[in-house]
Amino acid sequence: MSATTFAQHLLTGISLGGSYALIAIGYTMVYGILRLINFAHGDLFMMSGYLMIFAMASFPWYLSVPVVLVGTVVIGVLIEKAAYKPLRSAPRMSIMISAIGVSYLLQNLATYLFTAIPKAYPEIPVLKKIFQFGLLSTSLVTLVTPVLTVILVILLMQLINHTKMGMAMRAVSKDTEAARLMGIKVDHIISMTFVIGSFLAGVGAILYFTDRMTVYPFSGSLPGLKCFVAAVLGGIGSIPGAVIGGFIIGICETFLVALGYSTFSDAFTFLLLIVILLVRPTGLFGEAATDKV
Amino acid sequence: MKKTTKTRDLILSLLLAAAVCALLGWYQADTSAHSYAISIIERSAIYAVVAVAMNLLNGFTGLFSLGQAGFMAIGAYVTAVLTIPVEVRPSVYYMNGIEDWLANLSLPMIPAMVVGGLFAAAAAALIGIPVLRLKSDYLAIATLGFSEIIRALLAAPMMDRITNGSYGLNNIPGFSNIFQPILIAAVCIALMVLLINSSYGRAFKAIREDDVAAEAMGINLFRHKELSFVISSFFTGVAGGMLAVFMRSIDTKTFQVTLTYNILLIVVLGGIGSVTGSIIGSLLINGGQEWLRFLDEPLTVAGVNIPLFRPGFRMVIYSLLLMVVVLFWRRGIMGTSEFTWNGLFGLFKRKKKKKPQTGGEA
Repeated sequence: MSATTFAQHLLTGISLGGSYALIAIGYTMVYGILRLINFAHGDLFMMSGYLMIFAMASFPWYLSVPVVLVGTVVIGVLIEKAAYKPLRSAPRMSIMISAIGVSYLLQNLATYLFTAIPKAYPEIPVLKKIFQFGLLSTSLVTLVTPVLTVILVILLMQLINHTKMGMAMRAVSKDTEAARLMGIKVDHIISMTFVIGSFLAGVGAILYFTDRMTVYPFSGSLPGLKCFVAAVLGGIGSIPGAVIGGFIIGICETFLVALGYSTFSDAFTFLLLIVILLVRPTGLFGEAATDKV
Repeated sequence: MKKTTKTRDLILSLLLAAAVCALLGWYQADTSAHSYAISIIERSAIYAVVAVAMNLLNGFTGLFSLGQAGFMAIGAYVTAVLTIPVEVRPSVYYMNGIEDWLANLSLPMIPAMVVGGLFAAAAAALIGIPVLRLKSDYLAIATLGFSEIIRALLAAPMMDRITNGSYGLNNIPGFSNIFQPILIAAVCIALMVLLINSSYGRAFKAIREDDVAAEAMGINLFRHKELSFVISSFFTGVAGGMLAVFMRSIDTKTFQVTLTYNILLIVVLGGIGSVTGSIIGSLLINGGQEWLRFLDEPLTVAGVNIPLFRPGFRMVIYSLLLMVVVLFWRRGIMGTSEFTWNGLFGLFKRKKKKKPQTGGEA
């Protein structure tokens, strides 16, 4: 592999990692607060892809993007209100089955509404512009993704560390009951978590699908699982961890595909998950949580 | 008194079994006329085995595993590879050819299924060592991951000469009659019921209720979890073999995560922790394939085409059903109890008692 192709793959990997990072944040935030793997998050991401197709059919891209982001947030919050809120006091297995149910529902709904045939993702002309750096050629989206990811993460960190809302979020994830006693509206905070997670998934979807060109009903399930692995790799509950996990998985995957092991690129992700859970269950940046059994 | 109800229950059970046999015999007498009903019953029997096996893990041992599709894939591929008649193998493997040692290796159907189950169990034993230390949702995602890894391995180019890669396997000899799958399913389920009622089964339930307490009582946690996982996977593998024989042709797309979700729906609907619940759930869901078929077909009422009904709507209803059961009816049909004749009669008695009351009010 020459230096140019290496750089080319690295760039693709970083770009893919950026979208993964944005989705992984949604997993890590929800897990941090509800202790729930939001299986539906990947399918929310897929739905966001379809929303874009329909938005672009009637609006120019600069209007479609906000429409899609709002739509994704609405779906995300609806999922939380309908499927997770009624089960707050239920056993953990029930909440998990409910999450699987939502994921299953979204996939089947997408198959029903849009058929299983992959639909072409609309091109955003600005993002598709090709740039040439010496021997490297790349589209703008590849460059924008990591930059945008980093900017959004910095903003999110500011929100979490320096606002009242962020403080409330941290309190709820530390101890829900104590937070409630301190007068924090826990349900409101959980909804806000879903708003942020869904918003980032929406941004991730636009960047991811612009590169992939097609959307189909199952296009969210595997990336979703991978992003969860990214969240675990970085340390569940830690936002910088999720971002770094996303980049690691994106880059590794791109190189495995480049080296001709595309069949194993998915398997690699799950192998990574097992290894982390066994060797360092708290992930790279996770805090050593006391086991609440 | 007690003895008379026991004989009554025995007679009723025998009558039920005889009625089922008669029904199956009637179907068998004219297979072409009842081919649809037969396929539903066979599929129900296969799914019932997987559902009971999943229940053994989720409901009785409290290990939330989502790896069923992967273990079914192992069982299905092993069974298929071993039962495809030697003379048609060159045409099945027309693209890549077949490994030399495999070309003439062939087993009858039932031993092949057992071997498939053993392969699945061996895979489970290996996977279980790292994975079973994890808890609840981590275990779920890790088993889900392994199921995907198994699928990727089966489709991998290096396995082309064994699994035929992405072309899948076909020409698998089917069941010779309807009694065969039912009987195999019955034996599998009976074995699992025996296990659940044994001292091992009680240890599983103790682990489900409180693993710390169970360990304090001297139950070796890892050994029992591993045992439950391996046995469940064995029967899942056998059911995978049955599915291969039932479908006559398989490829790795058959064993996607959706398959696991379907089984989960059956287990949840029937009641987590109830064997008969899983069997009833399997009958309902697979029967629903037929009864709810109208949902997938265009419906025209008084000349107006109702746009709601078209392919895929049935699966939407199924997934809504899973949500509704979890949200509003968490115990499912049977909860954790088993089907008994007394329970059935009790159901009627309660209804009868209610009737005069409503009549009186009117």
